[in-house]
Amino acid sequence: MSATVLFRRGRVIDPRNGVDGVRDVLVRDGKVAEVSDAPLPVPPGAEVVEAAGRWVLPGFIDLHVHLREPGEEGKETVLTGCRAAVAGGFTAVVAMPNTKVVNDSGLVTELVLSRARAANLCHVYPAGAITKGLKGEELAETGELISAGCVAITDDGRPVMNAALMRRALQYATMFGVPVMVHEEDLTLSAGGAMHEGSVSTRLGLRGIPASAEVAMVARDLVLLEETKGRLHIAHVSCEGSVRLIREAKRRGLFVTAEATPHHVILDDRAVGDYDTHAKMAPPLRADRDVEALREALVDGTIDAIATDHAPHGVLDKQVEFEKGINGIVGLETALGLTLELVHAGLLDAKRAVELLTHGPAKAFGLPGGHLAPGAPADITVVDPLEEWTVDAHRFYSRSRNTPFHGRKQKGRVVQTWVSGRKVYADGQVKESR
Amino acid sequence: MRHLLGIEGWRRDELEAVLDRARAHLPGGPDTTHLLRGKVVANLFFEDSTRTRTSFHMAARGLGAGVLDWSPSGSSTSKGETLLDTARNIEATGPVAIVMRHRSSGAPHLVAKHVRCVVINAGDGTHEHPSQALLDAFTLRQRWGSLDGRTVLIVGDILHSRVARSNLWCLKALGARVIVCGPPTLVPPGLEALGAEVTHNLDAVLPQADAVMCLRLQLERMSEAFLPSTREYSRLFGLTTAREERMKAGSLVMHPGPINRGLELAPAVADGARSVILEQVSNGVAVRRAILEVCTS
Ligand SMILES: [Zn+2]
Repeated sequence: MSATVLFRRGRVIDPRNGVDGVRDVLVRDGKVAEVSDAPLPVPPGAEVVEAAGRWVLPGFIDLHVHLREPGEEGKETVLTGCRAAVAGGFTAVVAMPNTKVVNDSGLVTELVLSRARAANLCHVYPAGAITKGLKGEELAETGELISAGCVAITDDGRPVMNAALMRRALQYATMFGVPVMVHEEDLTLSAGGAMHEGSVSTRLGLRGIPASAEVAMVARDLVLLEETKGRLHIAHVSCEGSVRLIREAKRRGLFVTAEATPHHVILDDRAVGDYDTHAKMAPPLRADRDVEALREALVDGTIDAIATDHAPHGVLDKQVEFEKGINGIVGLETALGLTLELVHAGLLDAKRAVELLTHGPAKAFGLPGGHLAPGAPADITVVDPLEEWTVDAHRFYSRSRNTPFHGRKQKGRVVQTWVSGRKVYADGQVKESR
Repeated sequence: MRHLLGIEGWRRDELEAVLDRARAHLPGGPDTTHLLRGKVVANLFFEDSTRTRTSFHMAARGLGAGVLDWSPSGSSTSKGETLLDTARNIEATGPVAIVMRHRSSGAPHLVAKHVRCVVINAGDGTHEHPSQALLDAFTLRQRWGSLDGRTVLIVGDILHSRVARSNLWCLKALGARVIVCGPPTLVPPGLEALGAEVTHNLDAVLPQADAVMCLRLQLERMSEAFLPSTREYSRLFGLTTAREERMKAGSLVMHPGPINRGLELAPAVADGARSVILEQVSNGVAVRRAILEVCTS
C-alpha cells in the first residue's frame, strides 16, 4: 500500500479531468499524488514504470458482471472473476445479484464482500435485488442492502414486469440515491424467442425476439421515471428504438443512464451463423442498423458506459440445441480489445472510449475512481495500444470459456493493472497477495 | 459424402443431380439393393412423424441397408441425456448415415459438427425439411419437365413451416418464381431477402400460380392468438372449390400432408383433377433413396 510508483512518459488519457497527453504520474500511499507535464524526479525507493508509447489510464469500471458466487462456483467465483477483471484492465466491478442464493439480503451482500476482500484484487461493488428472490412480486429490503454495501438495485436477468411494482421501486430507491438498474424485456413479446427477430431468424427458423420487447419496456420505465423523479440505469441497451428514447429523455433532463456491451456494438445477428450458441444472449444480438445506432450513442453520450455483462457458463450449457442454449458470454478479458476495434476503425476517439470505460460508469453509479486527479485512488490501467494478439479462450482467467471471440485478432492490450497503488496484473500474470 | 442439413446452400446442379438420380429409384427401376448392402442407416426421430420415418425406412431398405430405428424412450431425455450424448451413442453403432428429426431448429447442425457419419435432416423445428422440398420439386418436374419460368404459390403458416423454407430455396434454385401468402401474423420478416414475394391477399395472386402449395395449419395456432378462428382462416386462405375455379388452366394443387380437410383445402380440391398430393407421397421413397445414395457416396 505504501509503495511509491512513478509512471513515466505515458500518454495519460483522463477524460474527466480533460487530460490527453504525455505525462508522468506519481502514486503514493495508494493514491494519485501528482500528474505532471514535465518529467518528475524519481523519488527514493520508487518503482518506475516506463510507459513511453503506452496509455496510462484510470482503471476500468464494469457496471455489469456476473460472478456466480454464491451457488455456481463451477462457472466463476468472486476470486476467479476478480482475476479475469484485472487481466482485462478492470479495477472495479459491479456484481449482479442473480446468484443461486439471490443477493436480496444484507447477508449475501456481506458474503460477496468478504470473498472480495479475501481475493484482494479489485474493488467489487455488489448490486442488490429489486425484488425478493428476483420474483418480481415484493420489494427486497433496499435499505438493508444499501447499508450492507450495495451500490445499486437490479433484478438483472429478468425485467420487473409489474409496472406498479416498478414504479414503487423507483420511488422507494429515491430515499437512498441509488440507481435502479433494469433489464428491459417485455416477456410477453420475447416469449419463446431465441434470437433477434429479423431476416436471420427467418432464415434459421428460430422464434424471434422483436426489438419492441426492449423498446416498449424502456418507454414504460422512462414514463415511470419522470413521475417518480427516480434514478434509472438501463442495462445492455441493444436497439435503435431504445437509443432514441433514452436520448430524448436525457435531453428533457431525466436522471437516466445507460450502458452497452462490447458484443452488442461489435456483432449483429448474423453472428449466430449456423446456430452458434456462443452468439446467444439476452438481449439478443440485433440487426446492423441497431449496431449503427449504438455506436452513434456511444459517441454522442446517450450511452454512458461500456459494460461487459460478463456471464460465465459451462461448456455443456452451450453444446446444446440453440433454443436450449443458455444466454450470455464472458466479457472481462475481451472488452478492451473490442472497444479499441471501434477506435482503430475511426468510429470512436480514444478519449471517448476511455471515458466509456472509466469516468462514464463511475459517474453513472457514483463510484470512486474513474479518473487520475491527485487524491484519486491509484487505480490505473496501462495499455499497449498497438500490441497485436489473438483471443484464446483457453487462457482466460475466468473459469468459463463461453465467448464468440475465440480466435479473433485484436490490436491493443492491457499490460498492467494497478489497484489502490498495488500491481495486481502485469506481463500476463495476475499478482495475488492473500 | 455430404450432409443434407437443408436445401439452403445447395447449388442448382447439385439439386438436379439428386432429382435426376431419383428417377432411377422409381418403382420398376433397376435393382439398387447392392448400393448400401451391409451398411446401417440410423433413424433418429425425436419427434413423431410416421410418414417421413416410414419413407426413409423404406428408402434405406431399398438400398440394402439395415435400419436402426431410434426414438427417445422419454427416459433418456428425462435422465438428462443431451442430444449430443444420444447422437454419439448412435454413432458408436457405426451407421453410414443418421437421419434425424428434431423439434429444435438447427439440431442436425449441432449433431453434424460432432459426428463423423452423414447427417440427413428429416425436419428440424421450424427451419427446414429438405427431403420434402426435393420430393415436391421432383413431382413438379415430372409434370412440367422444368421449373424455369413457373410460378409456385405457397399458402398458409409460413412462420412455423419448415416445408416453406426448404421449398422456397429449392424452387428458386431450380428457376421458379415463388410467392408466399398468409396472414401477417404467420409470415416472418425478411422473406423478400430470401427471394420470395410476399402477399396477404390470396385472391389477388391465385390466377398467377402454376402450382399452389397449401401448408398444414397447426390448430394450436388459434390458442396462441396468431389467428382469430379456423373459420376465418378458411374464408381468407382456404383453397375452396370457388377459388379453384379461378386458378390457371392446368395448374396444380399440392400439400405436404397430413391435410386438415375443409380447413386449408376443400376435400373436392384435394381429391380433384389438379391434385398431385398422392404423387408427392409415392415419390417420397424414390427421392429419399436418391438422397441417401448421393449423400453417402
Ligand atoms: Zn446481466
